[in-house]
Amino acid sequence: MDLHDVNAFTRRQFLHRGLTLASATLAVPAFLQRSALAMPGPTEALSSLAGVPQGNVLVVIQLSGGNDGLNTVIPFAHDQYYRARPGIGVRQQDAIGLSQEQGIGLHPAMGPIKNLYDEGLCTIVQGVGYPNPNRSHFMSMDIWQTADTNGTGNGWLGRYIDSQCCGYGKGESGTPEGEEPRSAVQPPIAIGRVAPLALQGDSLQPISFESADLFRWTGEDIHSALAAAKERLSAREDHHHGNAEFLTRTALDARVSSDLIRKAVAARPLVRYPNSRLAQQLAMIASMIRAGMPTRVYYATLGGFDTHAGQGGAQGAHARLLTQLAEATSAFYNDLKRQDNADRVLTMSFSEFGRRVGQNGSGGTDHGTAAPMFLFGPMVRPGVHGAHPSLTDLDQGDLKYHTDFRSVYAAILAKWLKADVRTVLGRDFRPVDVVRG
Amino acid sequence: MTSRTQSVQTSSGTDRERATSDTGRPQSQPLSHLGRLPSGSFGYEEARHLLWRAGFGGTPSQIQALVSMGVERAVDHIVDYERVAFERPGAEDFDSEIMRPPTEEERRRYRAALQNQDEDVVARFRLRRQEQQRADRTQIRDVRRWWLARMVESPRPLEEKMTLFWHGHFATGYRKIENSYHAYMQNQFFRANATGNFGRLLRGIIRDPAMLAYLDNQRSNRRRPNENLARELLELFSLGVGNYTENDIKEGARALTGYTFEHNEFVFNEQAHDRGTKRILGRRGTIDGDGFVDAILARRACAEFIAARLYSFFVADLPADVREIDRETRSFLGRLATVISQSNYDLKPALKRLFRSDHFYHAGFRNDKIKSPAELVVGAVRSLLTPARDLNLLADAMGLMGQELFQPPSVRGWPGGRTWINTSTLFVRQNALAYLLTGVPAGRGRRDNAAFDATGVLAELERADPGASNDPERLAPYLLRATLGRRTPEAERIIASFIAENGGRPTNDMLTGVLLLATAMPEYQLC
Repeated sequence: MDLHDVNAFTRRQFLHRGLTLASATLAVPAFLQRSALAMPGPTEALSSLAGVPQGNVLVVIQLSGGNDGLNTVIPFAHDQYYRARPGIGVRQQDAIGLSQEQGIGLHPAMGPIKNLYDEGLCTIVQGVGYPNPNRSHFMSMDIWQTADTNGTGNGWLGRYIDSQCCGYGKGESGTPEGEEPRSAVQPPIAIGRVAPLALQGDSLQPISFESADLFRWTGEDIHSALAAAKERLSAREDHHHGNAEFLTRTALDARVSSDLIRKAVAARPLVRYPNSRLAQQLAMIASMIRAGMPTRVYYATLGGFDTHAGQGGAQGAHARLLTQLAEATSAFYNDLKRQDNADRVLTMSFSEFGRRVGQNGSGGTDHGTAAPMFLFGPMVRPGVHGAHPSLTDLDQGDLKYHTDFRSVYAAILAKWLKADVRTVLGRDFRPVDVVRG
Repeated sequence: MTSRTQSVQTSSGTDRERATSDTGRPQSQPLSHLGRLPSGSFGYEEARHLLWRAGFGGTPSQIQALVSMGVERAVDHIVDYERVAFERPGAEDFDSEIMRPPTEEERRRYRAALQNQDEDVVARFRLRRQEQQRADRTQIRDVRRWWLARMVESPRPLEEKMTLFWHGHFATGYRKIENSYHAYMQNQFFRANATGNFGRLLRGIIRDPAMLAYLDNQRSNRRRPNENLARELLELFSLGVGNYTENDIKEGARALTGYTFEHNEFVFNEQAHDRGTKRILGRRGTIDGDGFVDAILARRACAEFIAARLYSFFVADLPADVREIDRETRSFLGRLATVISQSNYDLKPALKRLFRSDHFYHAGFRNDKIKSPAELVVGAVRSLLTPARDLNLLADAMGLMGQELFQPPSVRGWPGGRTWINTSTLFVRQNALAYLLTGVPAGRGRRDNAAFDATGVLAELERADPGASNDPERLAPYLLRATLGRRTPEAERIIASFIAENGGRPTNDMLTGVLLLATAMPEYQLC
């Protein structure tokens, strides 16, 4: 055998159909779960997805570093804005008008998002934050991801998955009428090196990969004979118990999801995506949705928002980030519309905090507090929700929030994911009226 | 970096490996007493178990050498590692001044600039700070690589293993402390006391700059004591939930006021320290940090807590709820705790008793512990003798597996066990092994051209069963048992026919191929 004979290598095609994962049902032995591979394909099963009849999908876009909300939604009618930001303020004539009476507009880089807004596919929630804001990136990100003001515990979407899984948090009556058993709930998928805390729960481990091509055993590239032997090893019946059995089951899951995901992502998107990192992530997510994968929660991340220096105004570093966000989101919804899946996909963007009202000495802004959130999709109530936070009534130079981010989560959970808000968030939050019931 | 030191000399004893069958020991309940393993029962499987748990595994020849020592001497050899020389130059090369704080004069000028809104001066100060931090982030990578190299090379595996244990126990995250030299100093402190006295460790940790910064004690003063360190000292470091009250935390925090540091030195700030009378864990007096530690050590719960932590690190995962621990194990833990308290918290006697106990070697525990990322990566290099390749790449891969050294997920450390494993980390684990064996990284990163000599794996087989390596029917079971430590009959058949169908010769490529397959098997994640 010569390991360097890679030319002979052609990967065998698998015909794995369902993504019902063995680890979702802890009690069933691996050999029985193998029959999951013979279950109806995901497209056929779409009409009867577990948990939520419509097969609703949530996509989260995390803007890491602290997006400058004041240069995203521009309060052009307020002189204080220009006084606080003589170098980086965006002029009224450059901003894309949103509401003349509120005196606000979008950053000029966000034209594609304005188009979504005009189509009724975008809503903006103003002044979102939480009490006693923490200005550390890590702490504040943990707070947003756990929906807990101490930033501890599992992630809010992990807890959502838990609430859909294995009867957790449900009354004794079992699953609500008309719904499928909940054992088929799928793990959330994050595009990135590691799965974010937001997706960590007790019942299912999130899936994460930076590139789908690495979400597999790369040893098979070395020689075709290895791929074939690996396949035979995966299908063997060496009997184990304890942790070996757990590992065997997880390995089986990994193989099933790997084949499914890589097949989905290999398909050519229906629309052209820009060549940005966020656009590539959203293109992968759109492909997985198009392939009929029963995954309900996807997570994408765009970094670089920590603009302490030289962030620019209408043009510059921050503008380029907003361009990337706007173009990627727009392409994503064009793709979903072509797929006829736009109705199924709500997208939410957030950042760990906004930035200080006044610019600093380096032409940038330091860590701040409240900021706007964006929600996309035909199911949102389009418009601008809530007033722009006051630029004069500040807390140590920072905006005061008026909407708790957990009220936005509550809207998504209650209206879109049909989950119990109290179970997931630990207590009730009145949902902001941003999602149609 | 490919140098390696074998911790155990090869010897030519009898071939225990083939003589000891997997089911040689009865599948019964682990024994509850601290009784010794009968001396005749220390065969290849037992020695392999010891070397993996107390270290990072080893080659069949090293395991064989332990067998011929017998359990008494083997445990002494591993635990009394000070007798094994290991000097590694370059360890002190890290820059201790890298995060030097501003001088009083610099601070004064900064404050003045802030007051006068002198933006240029303020910006210069900020820039200097940012440059320091950038340099420090590079240095923490150097420290991480240095430690990983030590784990791979050290002839005293237990020393590094216990250093890792304390790092998880007294978890401290670099991203909060932002000081690579403090992280390095803490790591050396753990190493110096790795199997030393637990009381010393506690007295040292409340003086450790990295810990004081991580748990916010550096500005804790009698007017506004910060309870963070006192709370974790009781909850996570020594007694565990249920063995202290909220009041003990409040009073303990007072005892720790004034425990701070300047630059790289511990400082006891008398002005900030609360000299008043406190009541902690039933003791009363003007208790300071050491008095607080003494009050903790006087509790039986402390020895029990450490016994349980050592047990789950070396033997098997324990349920979070003590009441779910079975009777035999609870009784065993009680006896281990007694050894710890009778030796006044010297840890070596307890470690020796543990590693010599019948309980430790119970068949149900062997090959049933999920390797931590460090055990997986370091263990592969040490047991298969692969080149260590690019340690930065391996450290990054460990991060993807959930174990970024110097950055535990929280003050609780790494929960370990099944939390290491999900579909994503499983692929990262398999692919890290493929990188070690072939030098081809998954994804970004440079191909490493150091050759792996897979034929080394055959040495023990050639010695015990000459000619067997040319017989796929004998070669396959040997290779799988060498890598997995257990019988896998169906896999053995599959590998045997894989060998036969691809030439049947034990060439380097063939052996590498089999190792690629074996290390991608779920069973390889266990030790």
